[in-house]
Amino acid sequence: MSEIIADFFKQAENLSKPKHIYAVSEITQDIKLILENTFGEVWVEGEVSNFKAHTSGHFYFTLKDDTAILPAAMFGRANREVKFKIENGLKVICFGKISVYGPRGQYQIIVEKIEPKGIGGLQLALEQLKKKLEKEGLFSAEHKRPMPYLPSRIGVVTSLSGAAIKDILKILDRRFSDIHIIISPAQVQGEGAKEEIVQAIKDLNSLNEQLPSDQRIEVMIVGRGGGSIEDLWAFNEEVVARAIYNSRIPVISAVGHERDWTIADLVADLRAPTPSVAAELVIPKKEDLREKLSVLTTSLKRSFSDIAGSFQETTDDLVHRLILNMKHILELSRGQLNAVAKKLALLNPIVLIHKYREKIDSLAKQIYVRLDHYLKLRQSEFNGLIEKLSSLSPLNILSRGYSIAFKMPEAKIVKDVKFIKVGDTIKTKLYKGQIVSQVKGVEENG
Amino acid sequence: MAELKFEEALKKLEKIVEDLESGDLSLDEALKKYQEGIELSRQCCQRLENAKKKIDTLVKNKKGELELRSFDEDKINEATT
Repeated sequence: MSEIIADFFKQAENLSKPKHIYAVSEITQDIKLILENTFGEVWVEGEVSNFKAHTSGHFYFTLKDDTAILPAAMFGRANREVKFKIENGLKVICFGKISVYGPRGQYQIIVEKIEPKGIGGLQLALEQLKKKLEKEGLFSAEHKRPMPYLPSRIGVVTSLSGAAIKDILKILDRRFSDIHIIISPAQVQGEGAKEEIVQAIKDLNSLNEQLPSDQRIEVMIVGRGGGSIEDLWAFNEEVVARAIYNSRIPVISAVGHERDWTIADLVADLRAPTPSVAAELVIPKKEDLREKLSVLTTSLKRSFSDIAGSFQETTDDLVHRLILNMKHILELSRGQLNAVAKKLALLNPIVLIHKYREKIDSLAKQIYVRLDHYLKLRQSEFNGLIEKLSSLSPLNILSRGYSIAFKMPEAKIVKDVKFIKVGDTIKTKLYKGQIVSQVKGVEENG
Repeated sequence: MAELKFEEALKKLEKIVEDLESGDLSLDEALKKYQEGIELSRQCCQRLENAKKKIDTLVKNKKGELELRSFDEDKINEATT
């Protein structure tokens, strides 16, 4: 090429001598030839600016660096191949043809191929989609729904011929053997995969609308086994992301690619690194649940038994104290009763009666004694008097020789002779015996 | 007591156990909660034993309507081997 350049420069030198006056289009044409032949197809690196996607379908922008700019155009035929969005500020490498656009007096590059610098086109497209969707809020944490704890129905969107479905079914069976699984089949790679995935997700949602609320699918797993980036690409597609976002059924993404996250993973309500892990996340192990339930039930019984026990203790204690107090009260009462009873007993009429009887007896005794004494006294008095009497007794007198004359028959005691005449019968009572005599004579004075 | 979802029933049961363990209840309240707890436990236990295994495939029939078809697990084994 340098010879050609040299050649032209020589020509230019020659031209300056006989003054050739170019027409604008003429010189433009020459410039065009020189440039197009000198550079032909080149690779140019620069930063995109002034990007405009024309309604005609062509792209117009400039490539620039610190000190210069290069206008660029990319026509519809070529720019349809571009996977990413060309944006101002993007550092790119373009492959194209340097040309001159006469009507504008502008040199430019007609870009055939464009790639972002330092990153794959596909990769960049992915980054751009991520940014776009994130801005729309598709990845926002607030939108992510919580997973049902124990779903009775689980949906699965995956290929029937893939490895994922086997793993999922096996693990679900192991963890919780009796659960209802509904598979909505879809191709997970290749042509048409993204449409099938979208449809499968929509179908599960449509199904739910036909079911009564207690029979609805509560969560779905959307996924596939491992593979290359290209294999997984369906899960980076915008339509799939939107289908997941719009799904009324919560979605667990399980794109079998341990480290990296696809867009589906970012939109999903929960992300599992593999389908097997998804199966573990979606449902707890029946064993664990049984265990948990058993622990709770035991705690329930134990803590209730503790409460009942403590109430029992309190009750027992109260009853105990009640009984003690009652006993105490009883004893006090009994004491009082005894005291009163004693008092009462002392006031018992019987006692009184006995007391009086004693008194009576004692008095009676006294009376008896006194009486006896008295009688004895009287007796002796009497005896004394009797003696006296006796001594005064006519009979006593009689014993002294005196006699009593009785005029008979009247038996009248004769004290005076006047009453006696001679011949009267006189009974003379002697101390011992009687004399019956007749009066012979009477004498006065004796 | 109306049938609760498993998770809710389990949570309620946990709450009841907490309440009983705090020991601040009257005997009547404790008894009531205990009975409720036992009933919840029974419900949960039943739920763990009750479900029947079922796998279906969702397909569109000739009319374009959605239909559930019983899934033959052997089919996958065939397809993947």
